[in-house]
Amino acid sequence: MTAAIETRALTRRFGSFTAVNQIDLAVPQQSIYGLLGPNGAGKSTAIKMLTTLLQPSSGTAQVAGFDIVRAPVEVRRRIGYVPQMLSADGALTAIENLTLSARLYGMSAAERKTRIAEALEFSGLAEVSHKLVKTYSGGMIRRLELAQAMLHHPAVLFLDEPTIGLDPVARRAVWERLQALRRDFGMTILLTTHDMEEADVLCDTLAILHQGVIGVTGSPLELKASVGPEATLDDVFVAFSGGTIQESGSYREVRQARTTMQRLG
Amino acid sequence: MTMMRFFKESAAVSVAELHKIVRDPTEMFSRAIQPVLWLVIFGQVFSRVRDIPTGDVTYLAFMTPGILAQSVLFSAIFYGIAVIWERDLGIVQKLLVSPAHRSALVLGKALSAGLRGLVQAVIVYAIAWLLDIHLRWEIIPILEVLLAVILGSCIFSTFSLIIACIVKTRERFMGIGQVLTMPLFFASNAIYPLEMMPDWLKVVARLNPLSYLVDALRDAMILGGHSAHGLLLDFGIMAAVFLLMLVVAARLYPGLAR
Repeated sequence: MTAAIETRALTRRFGSFTAVNQIDLAVPQQSIYGLLGPNGAGKSTAIKMLTTLLQPSSGTAQVAGFDIVRAPVEVRRRIGYVPQMLSADGALTAIENLTLSARLYGMSAAERKTRIAEALEFSGLAEVSHKLVKTYSGGMIRRLELAQAMLHHPAVLFLDEPTIGLDPVARRAVWERLQALRRDFGMTILLTTHDMEEADVLCDTLAILHQGVIGVTGSPLELKASVGPEATLDDVFVAFSGGTIQESGSYREVRQARTTMQRLG
Repeated sequence: MTMMRFFKESAAVSVAELHKIVRDPTEMFSRAIQPVLWLVIFGQVFSRVRDIPTGDVTYLAFMTPGILAQSVLFSAIFYGIAVIWERDLGIVQKLLVSPAHRSALVLGKALSAGLRGLVQAVIVYAIAWLLDIHLRWEIIPILEVLLAVILGSCIFSTFSLIIACIVKTRERFMGIGQVLTMPLFFASNAIYPLEMMPDWLKVVARLNPLSYLVDALRDAMILGGHSAHGLLLDFGIMAAVFLLMLVVAARLYPGLAR
């Protein structure tokens, strides 16, 4: 079985700064893959390249069987994306947000109807689907965004910090739905996170990025065992990223994370 | 990519914007204040200046299309702010990850600015009617006005989108937006005819797309008003400018997600 995501020496430079440096990823189909690393490690840059928002400086990547540079539209047809920021439009209702997505994916009216009903059922938002999204809680908005991203049944789903700022109950609700997407729809999921519990509970494989380079790859169990018998994922993180989360990260990234958390209340 | 698919994608974006316009019309009505002030205060005073050559129409009738064009310009030129806001929220990123054609997304945004422009037209017609300005009420001229307003809104909102793609932050955009609107307005035939201008300003005004919008509106909106360039040229130039803007904006728009 070919990998859902495969990169070879994927690199992105901004001027003299190398944000992502020659990474090789192989994400098996129907797996949940976690990309860990401090702010500024290159996680978001990697996701932007894989979702075709950003061109690589060198190297190649295939997503769902298509090259991100040569066939970006084919890639886009087969992926879903939930950015870190709250990207559902607060001035629209859930149905209107979903309808916009469905139309942009070229669904017919009949298809839209079934898929939107399915997505509302999946996200547990059917009852509030006619309310403006700005009246939703943070957890509800995240679930709506998941619904938007799964509407066209993508082969690969990308999520940038999907549970940032959510309370434990809302966080678990998101985890359950991600597991359901893999189980019921056979999706491959690649997510970035700072949350070691999330990485532990949810992910089959983790890759720790540090200064644009993948330090280590393995299952949560393997990674913990490699550091020591009593090691937690926190220890793994510190061992392979060489510092703490607070030490790095650009002003813009930190501001973005804080804004997202603020909007989640 | 078939044309049908392209227009469906644009329509999807416009319909979403239409929901927002219908839901929150306060912005529209607050925008009515400015044309009222221009027509009621500025217009009344300048009507007493006898030296402005306005042809067969009163000064107030002469400036009415100019004020509609101004409303279109002012409501479209800050469109980029909304796009920067959508960028900060991640909405732009989500649109760009969809397989929709980039220029279809830009066209959808532009057409929704056109819808806002139409509301401005209704407002200015209402004020003009109250001020007893002689308007043309036949079907064809009214359709010409609507088309001109939509095209004008498309031009200036897409121009605004291009600036947003370049500056990327709200603070910088506000500064540039303020600097652009007044010169665009004053270096046009909106409130005085081209003949009154010094030669260098005539050149600027001829390069200014707003002049062609005003010229078309003057012909189609006002009883006794006529176009200096001819409607065909006015619409031709506006369409060409919009196409050019659309091509440039579609190239720059993906840069917002970086």
